[in-house]
Amino acid sequence: MKLLSLFPILLLLISFTSHASFETYEFSTTHNEMRYFKLSKELRCPTCQNQNISDSDAPLAADLRRELHRMIEEGYQDEAILDFMVSRFGDFVHYRPRIAPETYLLWYGPFILLLGGFGVVFVVARNRRKRAALSQLSPSESKLDELQDTSNGDIEPSVELTSEERVRLERLLQQDKNQ
Amino acid sequence: MRKFWVFTPFIAFIVMGVFLYKGLFMDPTKLPSALIDRPFPSFSLPSLYEPDQLMTESDFKGEVALLNVWATWCPTCKDEHEQLNKIGLEEGIPIYGLNYKDDPMLARAWLERYKDPYTKVVVDQDGRLGLDLGVYGAPETYIIDRDGIIRYRHVGEVTEKVWQHLKGLMEIISAEEDV
Repeated sequence: MKLLSLFPILLLLISFTSHASFETYEFSTTHNEMRYFKLSKELRCPTCQNQNISDSDAPLAADLRRELHRMIEEGYQDEAILDFMVSRFGDFVHYRPRIAPETYLLWYGPFILLLGGFGVVFVVARNRRKRAALSQLSPSESKLDELQDTSNGDIEPSVELTSEERVRLERLLQQDKNQ
Repeated sequence: MRKFWVFTPFIAFIVMGVFLYKGLFMDPTKLPSALIDRPFPSFSLPSLYEPDQLMTESDFKGEVALLNVWATWCPTCKDEHEQLNKIGLEEGIPIYGLNYKDDPMLARAWLERYKDPYTKVVVDQDGRLGLDLGVYGAPETYIIDRDGIIRYRHVGEVTEKVWQHLKGLMEIISAEEDV
């Protein structure tokens, strides 16, 4: 009975081992071993495209793991190893593509879109505020007309408008009325 | 000006729509080669016909030729073999073979059985040269120019249609080298 209760734990252990890589490599240092596991998760298998080379059981992935192990043990830096892979299989092979003119759009595109979005929000908000300000002005519209008509200087307008501004105001007010 | 801005979301939608629509018909398993316009990687590997003779990258220089990556374990290679026979034996186009991760004995038997369209075959038993070439699945067919520069890669079966395309490219490459 006690043995039976251990069974689920046994199952758990089995599921853990199935995540391990397919072959075992010896490493001279644990640091190298950590680098191997980190890089093998960052490199994409070109044959089975949505797996990294540590997950894939394709023969090509095995070759790439062998090459990765060799290069790490021979003392290549991470950068050199990634360059080696990219120069053979293209940027596609690295899950974190390098920043180069060809990948600027990929890296910075989302921020440009975000800025564009902010820009649109800003413009819309500004237009709305302007419109709101104008609609507060509209009751005095008749007064303004009076001013224009009589222009006897009895009432000092609080804001001096140039003729250009006046035309623009007229047009905006017209727009408001039409709405 | 205002009218123009009203249409920008629509224009953005059309532009994105065109790209996404194109994406629907693109084959994600076809990757661009990282080695286009780069020299054929250097190697020193045995020839399939004379196993004690070593071949190098200079064996692939001299004329505009095809390089076909094949193996006896690859079903598509069998499908395209007849087409290769037509290209190599009937049309007399030089085809270099790269026997990729295969048993040379089986490879020789295969060529005896299905005819041999290759002018030279190099044996890459552990896939090292394939890795340098960025091969991620047999068959792959490359166009190599007179100076041993890789000019084009086709991944997958060479059908008559593909061959007509490759032939056109080879003619262009020969013509530009004649100048």
